[in-house]
Amino acid sequence: MSFERTQEKLKILADAAKYDVSCASSGSKRSNASKGLGDATGMGICHSYTEDGRCVSLLKILLTNYCIFDCAYCVTRKSNDIKRAAFQVQEVVDLTINFYRRNYIEGLFLSSGIFKSADYTMERLVAVAKKLRLEENFNGYIHLKSIPGASDELMKEAGLYADRLSVNIEIPTKEGLKLLAPEKNREDFIKPMVKVKNEIIQYQSERKIIKSTPKFAPAGQSTQMIIGATGESDQQIMWTSNYFYKKFNLKRVYYSGYIPISYDSRLPQIGTDVPMLRENRLYQTDWLMRFYGFEVHEILNNEHQNLDLDVDPKLGWALRNMEHFPIDVNKADKFMVARIPGLGMKSVYKILQARQFRKLNWDHLKRMGVALNRAKYFLVCDSRDFERRDLTSPQLKSIILQNSTSKYQKILSPQLNLFG
Amino acid sequence: MLMSEEHILRYDGTFDGFLTAVFHVFELKLLTVSFQRPERVQESLFGNTIEIITDLEKADRVWKGIKSKTSGTGSYRVYSSFLSEQAGVEVLLLDYLRQAFKSAIPMDSDFSNATVLKVSQIAKSVGREKHRMEAFVRFRLTNDGIYFATVEPDFDVLPLISKHFKSRYADQKWIIYDIKRGYGLYYDLEKVEVMQLSLPEGFDATKTNRDYFTASELEFQTLWQDYFESTNIKSRKNMKLHVQHVPKRYWKYLSEKLR
Repeated sequence: MSFERTQEKLKILADAAKYDVSCASSGSKRSNASKGLGDATGMGICHSYTEDGRCVSLLKILLTNYCIFDCAYCVTRKSNDIKRAAFQVQEVVDLTINFYRRNYIEGLFLSSGIFKSADYTMERLVAVAKKLRLEENFNGYIHLKSIPGASDELMKEAGLYADRLSVNIEIPTKEGLKLLAPEKNREDFIKPMVKVKNEIIQYQSERKIIKSTPKFAPAGQSTQMIIGATGESDQQIMWTSNYFYKKFNLKRVYYSGYIPISYDSRLPQIGTDVPMLRENRLYQTDWLMRFYGFEVHEILNNEHQNLDLDVDPKLGWALRNMEHFPIDVNKADKFMVARIPGLGMKSVYKILQARQFRKLNWDHLKRMGVALNRAKYFLVCDSRDFERRDLTSPQLKSIILQNSTSKYQKILSPQLNLFG
Repeated sequence: MLMSEEHILRYDGTFDGFLTAVFHVFELKLLTVSFQRPERVQESLFGNTIEIITDLEKADRVWKGIKSKTSGTGSYRVYSSFLSEQAGVEVLLLDYLRQAFKSAIPMDSDFSNATVLKVSQIAKSVGREKHRMEAFVRFRLTNDGIYFATVEPDFDVLPLISKHFKSRYADQKWIIYDIKRGYGLYYDLEKVEVMQLSLPEGFDATKTNRDYFTASELEFQTLWQDYFESTNIKSRKNMKLHVQHVPKRYWKYLSEKLR
């Protein structure tokens, strides 16, 4: 491995891969049974965090940033004037193994620009994974990109070596895709997703009968959507997300605030802020759907198409549905306790466990670390002391906002602060 | 001499030593006790000092008792909060065990009980440090073909991470050395052993010196640093979040933060 050449390629191909936000390394069950290298059981590990505060868990690179497509939102689009590079299969294998041995990473996340054809590209991605598994006896985490348009045979092979497969739908609406990537259509993205989903189901049912059936993409599938590039509403984004979760059993949908990378007039211009607060609210909604028992239409519907920016989606829902409150934390079931604004699932489980011993009061809740500054308006506990004022939603909202500071304060208060 | 009810149990600082001490507390029906580790010995005017000699059999009996009265999570919490080395943690754990032995049902999740809550909180911070070590250990390849890492964890977490590294790096020799506590773990491709090193004079654990490390070691560190920079998105810079996830006290052993 020539150090200088690898170094230059790594810089280019890591830089090009960084807009893919997925970095999960959890959810696989690949154990190191044969005294090889690596173990992908248990939870994922973030080995470091970049200065933007994002987790570094995998070596996330493109195999190449040469691409035959010209999608407007993508930094490696054909018409973009940037340095191009391509790794050899062995180079990626060596980097992965050597980084892994030093405990830098949990594994590899390999994506690629599409060169020549979908199959040609997918074949090379699979070759890397195959080499890592069969020649290096590597049991760390491998996330491969499913290349839209790749053949079923290749997708099947990919699933045998990879822990996770993903294909990014990128643009939440069909109309947006037509505008920004006219060469692509939704069906191309969905086809490999369907194939992988069906194989996962089949392998799982075979495993129930024959234990030695190999694992197929044990950490499942994920996808990513770009937020704020095509004027879509939060409702459109989250309903699309919900559709993919339900229809394709996805493990994760990622939301990536659009980072302006071009002067294309169809897109937000360079210098436009990344919609980080909006992205945050979408993730909160995603969590409410996956862990808190909310249905997407409770939070986003025709009357309410966009999330509030000044309050989180759970508080927003509570303020619109005051008739459900206050909730008695000593009696209500898990999903009702989980609906109290300010309570995370960890607090919910703690409350459920602790209340089996005695009725909980304010002091207990506070000591257990339950964040009460918002929650206290929405719950009752073993105390005669609770919010008795009959507050309207707007009154309550303004009390809560006055008593809290948001890390997004700057975005939320647009007026200039002359004397700050 | 003043007579006092208080007994000071002087033990060797190990978990087995602590369990042996607990055995004596129950056997002798001692009421008020405090514990003393070798590194924190101070002569006390009051109270009777009892020298505890670690007895694995007695320790084992107490441990089995703990396991029968708590859930798996509960006994793990007892062990890991002991490793916090916090002043007074032994008295807290003794209180926990006294209550646990009396309780008809496992009380591990009785979070409105102050003792249970405190133990679970300490165990949580130890767990967090354990997880950080699994993340922040950075091996460097020595000329002897051993992957070597130095750490200075806030708590004595090496016993908790041994299994993780053994199953992960089954085909390479490695050492994780706790500089603060002066001992390490050595995996020789067969088993993990506790070991002590006499580090060479002037050895700087944060520097990668060619006398000790292979030539390619610096290259891989450079590649890792390059990767770390390239994968960052500048327009999303958020140093507060960065430092929250990677507190500054860990930086000196993180090769990506050395540039």
